[in-house]
This record gives sequence, structure tokens and C-alpha cells, in this order.
Amino acid sequence: MTFSTRYILAAIAALILALGATACGSDDDEGGGGGGGGGESAGGTLLESDPANAETTLTVGSKNFDEQFILGEIYAQALEAKGFKVDRKLNLGSEQIAYKALKAGQIDAYPEYTGTSLTSFFDVDIDDVPKDADEAYELAKEEYAKQDITALPRTQFENTYRIVTLKETQADLLKGAATVTEVAALPNADELSIAGFPECRQRTDCLLGLNNTYDWKPEFVADEGKYTPIEKDRADLGFVFSTDGELTSGEYPIVEDDKGLFPPYNISFGIRNDALEKIGPEGREAIEAVQKPLTEKVMQELNSRVSIDKEEPAAVAEAYLKQFGFVE
Amino acid sequence: MTFELIAQEDGFFRDRSGEGANCVRDEGFCPDWIADNYDRYVTPFFEHVYLTVTSVAIGFVIAFALALLAHRRQWMVGPVTGLTGTLYTIPSVAFFVLLQPITGLGYTTAIVALVCYTLLIIFRNVVTGLAAVPPDAKDAARGMGLTDRQMLWKVELPLALPEILAGLRIAATTTVGLAALAFLAGAGGLGEQLDRDPEFKSNVAVAGGLAVGLAAAIDLVILTVQRVATRWQRAAA
Amino acid sequence: MSVTIALLGPVGDALREFGDAIEFIFKARPSEGGGIQVGGLGEIWDFTRVHLLVSIVAMAVACAIAVPIGLYLGHRGRGEFLAITVSNVGRAVPALVLLFVFLAYVGNGPRVLTLVLVLLAIPPILTNTYVGVRQVSREIVDAAQGMGMTGAQVIRRVRLPLAMPTIFAGIRTSAVSVLATATIGTPVNVQTLGEPIFVPQQYGPSGVLGAALVIALITLAADAGIGMAQQAVTPKGIKLAEQGGSRRGRLALPTRRREASA
Repeated sequence: MTFSTRYILAAIAALILALGATACGSDDDEGGGGGGGGGESAGGTLLESDPANAETTLTVGSKNFDEQFILGEIYAQALEAKGFKVDRKLNLGSEQIAYKALKAGQIDAYPEYTGTSLTSFFDVDIDDVPKDADEAYELAKEEYAKQDITALPRTQFENTYRIVTLKETQADLLKGAATVTEVAALPNADELSIAGFPECRQRTDCLLGLNNTYDWKPEFVADEGKYTPIEKDRADLGFVFSTDGELTSGEYPIVEDDKGLFPPYNISFGIRNDALEKIGPEGREAIEAVQKPLTEKVMQELNSRVSIDKEEPAAVAEAYLKQFGFVE
Repeated sequence: MTFELIAQEDGFFRDRSGEGANCVRDEGFCPDWIADNYDRYVTPFFEHVYLTVTSVAIGFVIAFALALLAHRRQWMVGPVTGLTGTLYTIPSVAFFVLLQPITGLGYTTAIVALVCYTLLIIFRNVVTGLAAVPPDAKDAARGMGLTDRQMLWKVELPLALPEILAGLRIAATTTVGLAALAFLAGAGGLGEQLDRDPEFKSNVAVAGGLAVGLAAAIDLVILTVQRVATRWQRAAA
Repeated sequence: MSVTIALLGPVGDALREFGDAIEFIFKARPSEGGGIQVGGLGEIWDFTRVHLLVSIVAMAVACAIAVPIGLYLGHRGRGEFLAITVSNVGRAVPALVLLFVFLAYVGNGPRVLTLVLVLLAIPPILTNTYVGVRQVSREIVDAAQGMGMTGAQVIRRVRLPLAMPTIFAGIRTSAVSVLATATIGTPVNVQTLGEPIFVPQQYGPSGVLGAALVIALITLAADAGIGMAQQAVTPKGIKLAEQGGSRRGRLALPTRRREASA
């Protein structure tokens, strides 16, 4: 039970705007489902509210970091623009908690990364995860289907790991090395330190992968911050994510994963089948439409607004939907 | 799978390159940002208040009832103190976690744990307060023909009030501190807001400041009541 | 009947989860992500070692700071306001807040964690030492001084032994809260027993519960241990006087007389 008045207000605002747009702009076709066709404002299809949807409530969840909050809000607001009622349970925690909640019915849907679902839920060994984004998605979709969950089509962006460092560190300590293989070959390779989330220790797509695939055993510094540890000199390198806003600044040179250690991590909105029936093709179309503009660059921008500019995810999601013409 | 790129990204990307010192981007203490964003602390703050007040209230009712029972049955004091003491000793992080298989995630788990922490302090203080009532006062009351129950409510409890309120004070301020960890049980509160961005000094300052402020405020309120009650005591004596 | 069966479901679930947790403590198994082994006595012992080390160092430093100051202030009768305020402020600041403040402004690592724990441990010890010394009755101190003892001797031979029970009560309170807070080591890159709780994606739900169980047991044991030490240092005279009064169990916490409740 979260009483987030701010979210509710934002949602009501979006809804009113969407209704207003419907009233003002388009045809005089009344009745019948909303569907597409309404005001082509700036290329994106405006989501029109269908009053019939008001009787359906969906609970959208998310995991507990910025990108997840933003995505959760985007999907939630998109459904609300279509007239559905949406309850939010963002900030659920780790993927295990989210998946449990999804299966148990505490939430109806949440956005999950293909790679994560395969390794964390479906017991696929990290080395067996398909490197191709589409293959990985199809495999995840199959597995989800066995649980009566539909994995909606994947986003084009993926949020995979990146290894970064500071400019000075790359010049001095790493002697200009630009790929992980080069770094691993340095004489002082094992004396370097790399920072990452605590759970990175166990992940073969994280620290363990460096050990196994690159035969590199750096010292590990567990830290919840991503760029802070290297900024504050607690570690030489850091595990970060490809959609991090900070990457746009150019301040953090990337050490390239030339051996392709990191598997695909595209987002797929996983929704239980009974909930999918409730929102019908309209709801489904809205979800699929609203995630189309999410390129890596756009996602980085959205993440920046939350992590660097310290804006609220709900507001950032709303701005995104407006920019790309889904709401007005 | 192909994607149509909706190419109206223009104007969407902000320029964040070397704009010089920007308080927020440097994660410092930024009064302007705080002024603009204080409303994101409102809900966590009220969640925190809710958790504290509810837990202390329930804890008080239970502990008070137990103490009244134990007042006439001295043998109870040991075991109840032992039990509540054991509950008190279990670290809050562990407690929030251990309850989850039973009560799941959410307010219930947090409140159960927080209630358990208040029991020892309140129980102990009520018992001690009642035990410290001077025998003369009780004799006088009996002499005046008061029944046991009347004596309890008209003489003993009023005299024990300062001690009871002192216990309430300790319980309340401790609960505010413990409620900061309630987010581990899925119950929100200021701790959750704090945990969202622990490196952003403004966030730490506001979330932390509100928690400490809340504790200080509750402490002050109960202290004032305590002083007033004591003064009234002395005046009436 | 159906109510019983309905209850059995969740109770059975809960029991199973606790069973898994206990198994986690004793047997290693693959982590949630499958990369490494987690659990088992070896790993639990590693966490426990760090947890205890940090806690004991913090307690030692806190006692070394708080006891002398409390003794001095209590003997001189000064600084009552200070002692009470320290106690109140100490109670009002949540441990989590303190830790994050230090993380944001100072840094991470075992030293920072220990520092935070020391700061948390000082208030109860300081206040209790002060109160314990203060409540040694005036007549006894006068008698001692009448016998020719110097100030330091009075402290050492009279005030300190009589104040021991109260001081130990404060140490006990501090120890419990230090052990509890040492759980929050993960944000500062220290792997204590709290690690499985803060990284459930690696240790799984059985790891989370298992760690919680171990923490609870250790804290209870420490509390009982210090309680026994408290009994041991209580001068016999006071023990006898106590027994004459109300009956309290051995593990019962001290009465108001012995513990600061400012």
C-alpha cells in the first residue's frame, strides 16, 4: 500500500490531457474503441482514452532502481492514457521478489531484462544464454509462456554491463588500454580494483565473467554507487550500465568487452495472461507503441534526468510521453 | 525484429557537458533543489510518523496491560521481562527479515517488529513506576477505604506517571530510529528515501534531518507532558 | 477444521522457509545467479568473524572513551546536562542515517563502519557510567574521604565498584545495538552477517533468513554473556540487598535504579 499522491496527480494530469486531446482534435467518430487514428501530433500515435477501459484495473510493478522506476511509470502512464486504471507497485526489490509477486498475482506485470530472466528464473547457464538479442528474447518468451506469462516484444535498447574508468586512470594506470583483453594483459592487472554492486561477485556476467572469460582477477570493491567509487578513488574501474546517464558526458571512457562476455539485456514487459486478456489488444498496442522510441540514447537521457538532475521518475516518464507524442 | 525510429528526438537531449559547478550534479548540499523537491519527502515522512505512532500506541496498550497484570502477580515480572527482553535484543534488520515468511512484506511486518521493541521499555517502566509508589501513600489510600482498583487508578498510577512517561519517551524515540530500517520490510518511511540516493548529500541531509527532527519533536512533546504531570504531582502533594 | 487446514498452509510454508534457512547455514549451495557457491559454515564463519571483529573493536574504543569521561564527570558532579543530552541525541539519530552521512561525507570500508559503531556505542555507556557514579550515596563517599582516600582512590575503590552494575547495563545496551548495526556493512563495502540480507539476489531467501537467524542468536548470546558478567561484577553486598527485594530472573534487565532513563 503506497499512497503516492504525486503519482496519482501526475496520472490524473496525463489522463485529463489525453481526454482533452481527444475532445479537441480528432474526428467526430463517437463510440467504438479508441484505437489509432487520432491527432498525429509529432509522429507518435496519440494514445486515446476509451471510457470502457475505466472498469479495468491493472497493477504495474518494477524493480528498485531508477531505470525500472522510469519504465514502470512509462508503461503505467501509457495504460492510463488509454483509460485503464493503474495501481503502481514500483520499488519491489530484486528480480526474485518481482517475479514472485508477478506469479502470485500481487502485480499483473513488470518490465524485466531478457538476460536476467533467463539466468535468474529459468536456470539458463550464463554461457548458454544466446548472444543474439532476438534469440534471447524468443527463449525467454518460451519459458515465460510455460508460467502463463506473456513476454511482450522486446525494446530495442538493452541495458547491459559496461566497464568504465576515469580518463586519467586510463592514461596512467591502464597505459591507454581500451579493451578488457588489453587490460587483462597488463602486468599490474590483478592489482587493479573494480567496483560494482555487491551481487556482482557471483555473476558470471559480471565479476566472475572477468575471472573466467578474460582470466583477469581484479580486486573487487562492493559499492552501491556506480560512478562515485571511481570518482572518489575507491576503485580504478567500475561496472556500470549501458543506459546510464553519466555515459553521455564523455567523462568515462569505456573499456570494451571485446570477447562479448555480457549477454543481451533487452526489456520485455512481462504480463500474466489473465491480465493481458483484461487489457485486450488496445492495452497491448499501447505498451508496444510506447516503448518504440526507447533507444539507448533516449534511455540514457531519461536516466540522467533522474540520477543526475534528480527529477522524479513519474515526471520524467510524462515528459518522455509528451515528447514523443503519446500524450499531450 | 525491426523498429521504426520515431525521429523527433530533437531538443530532447540536455547538454550536460562541463557546465561548470552545478550543485545537484555534484551531489552536494543544495538548498534550491531542496526547496523545489521537498514534496518527495512528504509521503515518506508521513509513513514514518504512521509507523512510529501506531507501533508505540499498540506497544503501549499491550505493555501497559501486561504491567497491570504483573503488578498484582509479582511472579510474572521475571518471565515477561525475559520475553520482552529477548524480543528487544533481536536486531531490527534480522527481525524485519525473520517475520517475512509469516507476515509478508508491508506495514504489518514492520509494525509487528516495532511493537515488539517497545514492549520491554514500557513494561519495565510501568512496573518500576508502580513499584516505586511510597507505601505511605498506599496505606493512606487504604485507610480512606479505597478498593484495590480505585487505589490503582487514583493513587498508584498517577504517582507512577512520570516514570511511565519517561519510558514512553524512550520507546518513542527509539522507534523513530528503528523505523528508518522499516523499508527492509517493504514499509517505506524515511529510510527508503535515504537509501534511494545515499551519496546525494542533500537527500541524506533532508531524509536524515527529518528523522532526527521527528524524534526530537516527539521527545520534546512527551517530555513536556512529563514535566507538566510532575509539577501537577508536586502541587497536589 | 477447514480453518486449521487453512492455517497449516501458511504455517507449513513458514516452517519450510525456516528449514531452508537453517540448511543454508550448514550447507553450501550455488548462488541465485549460479556463478559461485554461497552458504555453509565456512562462509557464515567468515561473515561472523568480520561482524564480531568490527563490533568488539568498536566496543573497546567506546568504553575506553566513555568510561573515563563518565567516571570523572560523575565524581565531580559536573556535566549532567551533557550526559543527558548525549544520551537523548544518541537515541534520536537512527543508525542508518549516521552510516549514510558518513558514507556521503567520509568514505567506506571497515574503518568508517567501526567509527560509526563507536559513535553509536558511546551514549549509553557514557550516560550509564555518569549515573552509576552519581548514585553512589554521599555518605559512602564522605566516609571514604574521611578515611583519607584521595579523589582517584575514591573513584577506584568506592565509586567504580559500586557503579559497576549500572556501567555494565550501559555496556550491554551498547553491545546489543552495535551488533545490530554491524549488520549494515554492505553499503560501506564491509561483509558482515548482514551481507546476505542486503544482497538477496545472490544469497537467496534462505540466505537472508539464515543470516538473520545467526545475527539474532549471536546478539542474544552476547546479551546473556554480558548479563552474566554484570552479575559477576556486582559487589556481593548489593546482590544480597537485591535478593531481599523483589524476585527477578537472572536474565532480567536492571531496574530503573540502575539504568539511566533521563
